[in-house]
Amino acid sequence: MLKTKKAIDKNNSVISIRGLQKAFGDLHILRGVDLDVYQGENLVVLGRSGTGKSVLIKIISGLLLPDEGQVNVLGEEVALLKSRELMALRLKVGFSFQNSALYDSMTVRQNLEFPLVRNSRNLKRSQINDEVESVLDAVGLSQTIEQMPSELSGGQRKRIGIARTLILRPEIMLYDEPTAGLDPITCIEINSLINEVQEKYKTTSIIITHDLTCAKETGDRIAMLLDGQFAIQGTFDEVFASDDARVQSFYNYNFTQ
Amino acid sequence: MDPNTENQNIPPAKHVISRTLDDFFFTVYHVYQFVLRFFKEVFLPPYEFKEIIHQCYEVGFKSLPLISLTGFITGVVFTNQSRPSLANFGATSWLPSLISIAIVRALAPLVTALIAAGKVGSNMGAELGSMKVTEQIDAMEVSATNPFKYLVVSRILATTFMIPLLVMYTAFVALMGAFLSVHSNEQTSFAMFFSQVFDSLSFLDLFSTSFKSTVFGFTIGVVGCYCGYNSSKGTEGVGKAANAAVVAAMFLIFVEEIVIVAIVNAFR
Ligand SMILES: Nc1ncnc2c1ncn2[C@@H]1O[C@H](COP(=O)(O)OP(=O)(O)O)[C@@H](O)[C@H]1O
Ligand SMILES: [Mg+2]
Repeated sequence: MLKTKKAIDKNNSVISIRGLQKAFGDLHILRGVDLDVYQGENLVVLGRSGTGKSVLIKIISGLLLPDEGQVNVLGEEVALLKSRELMALRLKVGFSFQNSALYDSMTVRQNLEFPLVRNSRNLKRSQINDEVESVLDAVGLSQTIEQMPSELSGGQRKRIGIARTLILRPEIMLYDEPTAGLDPITCIEINSLINEVQEKYKTTSIIITHDLTCAKETGDRIAMLLDGQFAIQGTFDEVFASDDARVQSFYNYNFTQ
Repeated sequence: MDPNTENQNIPPAKHVISRTLDDFFFTVYHVYQFVLRFFKEVFLPPYEFKEIIHQCYEVGFKSLPLISLTGFITGVVFTNQSRPSLANFGATSWLPSLISIAIVRALAPLVTALIAAGKVGSNMGAELGSMKVTEQIDAMEVSATNPFKYLVVSRILATTFMIPLLVMYTAFVALMGAFLSVHSNEQTSFAMFFSQVFDSLSFLDLFSTSFKSTVFGFTIGVVGCYCGYNSSKGTEGVGKAANAAVVAAMFLIFVEEIVIVAIVNAFR
């Protein structure tokens, strides 16, 4: 499925980050990150591994605290939220982990109902089943419902991971390296799944990757994380028209390996 | 490699000691905070009843085969080993009393706790450790579930409730083993044996054993969960967490045993 690029409404920012800094010991990972993510868009964050891409989205979802700067998500200042308020925000922010992070003691069905059962305790059994079947259908894996995560392939695990976050109907999706470690054909499938999710669930997404095909297929806009800052943002072509040597080496590395 | 460059990486002994002492107090402080968090969260809703019951089943029921075997053998072996010494004084009729005191006061709690530290503690360390390493704990957190409450509080409660029950069970099985031995050698009847057993026990014995078992259970749960929940990244971290859980829990169990016995003996 070829993506139709979204028109971006720059007045409606869903995530807004200003002057974000984060260090681990002497290691300064994020050094003054400024970023806006607008309603309904797929923003791809590109960067080499170890540049702090995962740290960035962990800060957005409140898993890590920033050292300095503002991180505003859906109008809330994440670092200042009380634990109850943070929980409420997290219901609206889906997080798809790099290694899927499926609960390996539970079946696919139990994995999918876990967030639902725990956050809306008065749902009927039939409603839960309907929800589970609907998201499983959305990621195209209805036949795996009674399987254990260990029986699934890497691509299937990714899809179930995405389904598990979709079940809470998030407004924002954070994808951490959705295509890392997958074969090229599975990558294409995951890319179109990400676009389908954007269409069907009307989500705003941040997609972290170092895979340029994935960036090109899924991104409405690209932001490159270089030395702890977003030096360059724009459409795919705009970004790679830049004559910054770091951007060029990144491009060459991806398409000549 | 040039031996001089290699030496530069080895800090002087003084530094090694101060660093491990720092590490030690750092760990103690963290465990203290972990325990505080447990006591804070255990009283706050929502209560994870289903998960607590599930963990009680994992801790209690699944330990039964191993505990039964060890308890029974402990009873038989201890009786057979004690018999010759008592026989020297012609005092084999004291056997049931001796056995009763030894099993209820010391053997049953220690044997159960050590086995549980090995089986349950390492299991918790490995399970939570691998959940941590594969980001399953983070995944719970971002889906708005408190993983500390769901995973840690339920496990600590389970060991704290179940270890005392397992200790009672071990004592019973060990006494049955001892009875078989006494019955076949000294022809003591069942009623006779158990009336001697109960006559030699005081309320203080039963109280101290229950208290001790509860402390042991709490220790196994806290140590197993702490090691797993704070395990370092990588598959190596999981193995280390499981191993540390067993070693630390066993060490603490012995220390607690000594302290509690000293306190109880002051009341005797
Ligand atoms: N919780 C943490 N504690 C210490 N260092 C961390 C932590 N999380 C990430 N780092 C470090 O931050 C750097 C960036 O990590 P990460 O965001 O995972 O990179 P990537 O861009 O590949 O996702 C790495 O060097 C990593 O070692
Ligand atoms: Mg990463």
